[in-house]
Amino acid sequence: MKALRAARMERCIGCHSCSLACARQVHKVLSWNKAGIRISSSGGLTTGFEARVCLACRPAPCAAACPTGSLSQRRDGGVIQKKDLCIRCGQCAEACPVDAIFLDHQVNPYVCIHCGQCVAYCPHDCLEMVELPRASAKEEESDD
Amino acid sequence: MIRDFFRVMVVNLTTGRTNIENIPGRDEFLGGSGLAARLFQKYGFVDRDWDDPEQPLIFAIGPLTGYFPLMSKTCCAFRSPYHNQYTESYAGGKSALSLRFADLDALVIVGKAERLTALCVGSRRVETRDVEYLRGFDALQTGRVLRKIFPGSGRRSIMRIGPAGENLSAYACINVDTFRHFGRMGGGTAMGVKNLKAICILGDRGFALPEGKAYPKLYKHIYEQLTTTEMMAKYHGLGTAVNINPLNALQSLPWKNLQQTSSPDAVKISGETFADDTLLRNAACAGCPVGCIHVGFVREQFQTNNQYLYRQVGYDYEPIFSCGGMLEVTDASEVLRILDVIEKEGLDCMSAGVALAWATEALEKGVITEKETLEPLKWGDSETYMRAVEHLGRPENDFYRLLAQGTMKCARVYGGEDFACVLGQEMAGYATGEVFFVAEGLGFRHSHLDAGGYAYDQKHDEKDVDKALGFLLKDGRERIVLNCMVGCMFSRGVYKEDLLAEALTSVGYGELNGSLDDIGKRVQRMRWRLRLQMGYRPDEAKIPKRYTEITTWKGPVDVEYMEALRRAYAASILEMGADPEEES
Repeated sequence: MKALRAARMERCIGCHSCSLACARQVHKVLSWNKAGIRISSSGGLTTGFEARVCLACRPAPCAAACPTGSLSQRRDGGVIQKKDLCIRCGQCAEACPVDAIFLDHQVNPYVCIHCGQCVAYCPHDCLEMVELPRASAKEEESDD
Repeated sequence: MIRDFFRVMVVNLTTGRTNIENIPGRDEFLGGSGLAARLFQKYGFVDRDWDDPEQPLIFAIGPLTGYFPLMSKTCCAFRSPYHNQYTESYAGGKSALSLRFADLDALVIVGKAERLTALCVGSRRVETRDVEYLRGFDALQTGRVLRKIFPGSGRRSIMRIGPAGENLSAYACINVDTFRHFGRMGGGTAMGVKNLKAICILGDRGFALPEGKAYPKLYKHIYEQLTTTEMMAKYHGLGTAVNINPLNALQSLPWKNLQQTSSPDAVKISGETFADDTLLRNAACAGCPVGCIHVGFVREQFQTNNQYLYRQVGYDYEPIFSCGGMLEVTDASEVLRILDVIEKEGLDCMSAGVALAWATEALEKGVITEKETLEPLKWGDSETYMRAVEHLGRPENDFYRLLAQGTMKCARVYGGEDFACVLGQEMAGYATGEVFFVAEGLGFRHSHLDAGGYAYDQKHDEKDVDKALGFLLKDGRERIVLNCMVGCMFSRGVYKEDLLAEALTSVGYGELNGSLDDIGKRVQRMRWRLRLQMGYRPDEAKIPKRYTEITTWKGPVDVEYMEALRRAYAASILEMGADPEEES
């Protein structure tokens, strides 16, 4: 199972093409926020850029905090999102340790689902998909 | 989907009131340059001076902003403190996408705050803050404080002015997101006179996309063209600084206040030298994958025992020409140090560099003395120039106060008009010949970007007035269309009329009042009409003597040809800007 990694952010030029691509292709909106990956400066443009993106935690605190199963654990890390189950409580964003879940003004959560569609839109190859270490058989069983 | 009207926020700093207005005319003006001119007609005054509190400061984006790559600029329009006429300036950074995601086609600011103020607008927010405590703060410090006042990293744009804008220099710029600027014609002064230190735009909304596959497919096609072909290589490679060497080879590089058009030392400040020795990294405007912003660094020892500091300074061709070659500063790091001071003071770097080049020659010739300049200005002496920039930003005497109003205004009082390198405003960096001098001298924004006269000069040595005039008018109109879309000029090879029309259709907007060329003509006329109504006389525009004394690859400048083209272009401008009733 693969996960998105913002592996080379020192190369980032702040063009937001990744966020725009995620919003456009995954969430079908025009936005630089309503996306699974968001770019910000780390205190002004002289300090370079950071990506707010899901780290593919296992277990994922956001999935644990989700009261309705809208976010569920992916086998090797990260979450699966079922939007129709979301009650917009915002608990997921609060639980995320790295501020990777964006809540819009209607408290809709936007989180990376590790589909990798943004990767092709990074002109500086900052992003990549990596194979996650497989969850142990025991963990896999417990997921079931 | 794009609305068929413009959604405009009008903030009145005098009354504190804000209105959202729906303005018709999308199909007639597209946005950007056309929208700004339309808004000036509505909110501006042709019979009041630039510093009247009610004159509007306008920021406008285009129909495709955010929807497609390189549709990433904002048009800023105002009555200029430089010539007291209507003008425009363009900048990128995050300003355009922030306005798009704040759900605004334009932001119009009228009135004057009682005390120094910062304005914050978003899709669900309008707020002014008293920031009198920021008076005198430089543009970079101001940005740092504003980031704390209005949080929202990654989805906001912070536009601010430095001391030069507060002190009403006629060429103060608006710094946008640290590395971009509304540079020319005194936008920063238009903010300063309103007591407006900064504007933060929060791009905090998202929008539904058009259904169907046409839009994402076209996006992918354009994105690939821009990122995988060689089309943009110049801009993200060496950047526009790549121009130094070829212009020098063509004897078209303004050098030492245009006493020369080339120098063996130019290679020391070439794009290649900057890239090898000072380039720290590249950056981009939001919504542009090209990354043309080149950030250089300088390292300074501030104490013995290896105590260093470093600064990051953006550079391009124009800053290098104006603060390098024109001042004969031939060390890349020293050019960046001068630019850093200009950045902090919040001045237009082209005007500041060219003004100091004139002052240096005037001092050399005895037209002025050190009593005026306060510094022993000397070609190549960067330390002295850095102090002189501070005098421009915070004038301590009448000379600098006047020089900060424009080189020609100063030369008219002190002498030295013949060698003031002013083509409407302090020149851009192309000593390419007759067509460019006329194009910038008479052009709408007095900018090298009004039309590609500089490129025409480099390719044509024939002296055909009709052909050159035809080029200026057609090229100018095509650029106006892109300015209405507010696309980056670097993308003009990609976004031709057909592609723009296809892009508009793909996002659900195909209904236009005429072809894009018709719209270009309409806006061209409207903008000239505004300029002429405010007193512009292109037939009286002069090209200073210095421009007749130079030699390019084509040989000495042909004064007769230049004059004939000047008269023909002036006549065309008067015709384009004629009152519609008079036309019929």
